Amino acid sequence: MERRWVVRAVAGAALLAVPLVLPQFYLLLSVEILIMGLFAIGFNVLMGYAGMVSFGHAAFFGVGAYTCGLLLKKTEAPFVVAFLAAPVVAVVVAAVIGYFCVRLTRIYFSMLTLAFSQIVWATAHKWYSLTGGDNGLVGVPVPPWLIGPRTFYGFVAGVSLIVVAVLWRIMEAPFGRTLLAIRENAERAEFVGINVKRTQLTAFALSGAVSGLAGGMFALFTRGAFPEYAFWTKSAEVLIMTLLGGPYVFLGPALGAGILIVLNSVVTSYTEYWPLVLGIILLALIYVFPGGVTRIFLGWRGAGGPAGASRA
Amino acid sequence: MPDLSAFADPGFLAVQCLNGLTQAMFLFLIASGLSLIFGVLGVLNFAHGSLYMLGAYLSYTIASWFVGSPATFWVALVLGSIGVALVGGIIESVFLRPVYRREELEQLLVTYALVLIISDLVKLAWGAENRSGSRPALLAGSVDIAGRDFPTYNLFVLAVGPLVALGLWLLLRRTQFGRLVRAAANDREMVGVVGVNVKGLFTGVFMLGAWLGGLGGGLAAPIGAIFPGMDVEIIVESFIVVVVGGMGSLGGTLLGALIIGQLNAFGILFFPRFAIVFVYVLMAVVLVIRPWGLLGRPVTRG
Repeated sequence: MERRWVVRAVAGAALLAVPLVLPQFYLLLSVEILIMGLFAIGFNVLMGYAGMVSFGHAAFFGVGAYTCGLLLKKTEAPFVVAFLAAPVVAVVVAAVIGYFCVRLTRIYFSMLTLAFSQIVWATAHKWYSLTGGDNGLVGVPVPPWLIGPRTFYGFVAGVSLIVVAVLWRIMEAPFGRTLLAIRENAERAEFVGINVKRTQLTAFALSGAVSGLAGGMFALFTRGAFPEYAFWTKSAEVLIMTLLGGPYVFLGPALGAGILIVLNSVVTSYTEYWPLVLGIILLALIYVFPGGVTRIFLGWRGAGGPAGASRA
Repeated sequence: MPDLSAFADPGFLAVQCLNGLTQAMFLFLIASGLSLIFGVLGVLNFAHGSLYMLGAYLSYTIASWFVGSPATFWVALVLGSIGVALVGGIIESVFLRPVYRREELEQLLVTYALVLIISDLVKLAWGAENRSGSRPALLAGSVDIAGRDFPTYNLFVLAVGPLVALGLWLLLRRTQFGRLVRAAANDREMVGVVGVNVKGLFTGVFMLGAWLGGLGGGLAAPIGAIFPGMDVEIIVESFIVVVVGGMGSLGGTLLGALIIGQLNAFGILFFPRFAIVFVYVLMAVVLVIRPWGLLGRPVTRG
């Protein structure tokens, strides 16, 4: 057991260190993959574990980005405070939104998350005096020690590693198992004494916090925050990443993010018709590889059903 | 501060109200197709905005073939919307039929993939620049409403909406097809068990829904800009209409469209910037208080 963890940690660190020797273009691409991968893993706490499909997770990503960006640009807040405020504000927003959303199920849940996220988007889009409106919030200052691309990559990799490790621990703990039980059969979970709504709300808030943290890092990466970060197409993007990688494997969504971002980078260097290519990939994913690409590598564990396939 | 002086002018109020109603008719056409498809097939069709966009482009192009003839607009409207219905038939039978037994999410993803594909195909076929159709000569002028000009064409749209609603109502209530549609909306499996051709029924319903979307697009062609991106703009608004009115309820869709139309028209007077927030707030409030919509019924189906 102990040795397995040492091996995993070393392998993970080695993998994360690879981009440091790559040319700057690939280094920056890796930063994007790590941040979006973290967003997708956070999103998947709800989708894969709790079985709740949010159409509005871009709201928390956007809230995180604007929180971090606004604090750095418009206040004297120290970097650490501004950065940590992103997940803190996101968790508060997610708790409020989640309070209403977890009462609903299935498509109604999805629609309500969509409605709330569009409220966040519209606010960011129209509140010119605070957010810069559709021009976005630009010129967010980043502390001097974080400016170099390699340093920034190291920062993002370190933060992601810590967050993913903590999240993994939580999902392997009884909390994660409880979520799976609710996903499989909420009624039965209720019968054995689980407070279903409260557990779902906790998952919602946790998921929002990780998404907000990812958003905060993205604001540092792009030195700005833009309304598109909270638009529904961003929510669709993270959903696609998750499905592409496979929602029933802990790290699957991050793999999906990697595949999507690399593909996007390759395809857009040849043609402007990336959506067309992505659409065809999605259709192939549905008709040919249901369950995400991790299923191809790991085999058809868990007999095709969601149950039992959540271990990476 | 909201500018209240506008409210002293009855002509302005009347025109603003009519503008809201016109917008409501478009929303109704698109959302009724969306609602019908959801009610019967159980699929939330993200690509419905794309069908609307396709209707606008097809009508625009067909109209350009017959320039000069007085029937141009009408021929384009009819042929364009029928073309969209045919595209709908292909979408249903080729792309959706294989996934009816899969999870809702996968069906949704199919329609989202179609949004991406259709948007790029439209760009490939028509280019990325904005276009605009022209109104038929008969409806090109404007009428006087309490001292203000109001386009005759919009009055025509105001007449089409209720006519389509009435036609749909008659179709659903008075025909064999309508009875089957309502039966399938109640219990899909049972309809199949009693020997109804469910495949044909589903294709028919999707084509009807697509035709409504295409008709909306064809009608919008002469008054708004036709551009890639009009699909994404309209789809979320149609979701709002359907959610507020009640998924699967025709009367609810009409009510939802009327509410959203007026909210947009008058919200813009009070809070020009934040009018757009109101419709999302309304959607959220309805979902929280009455998730099945104002005129919908609670669904317990699994």
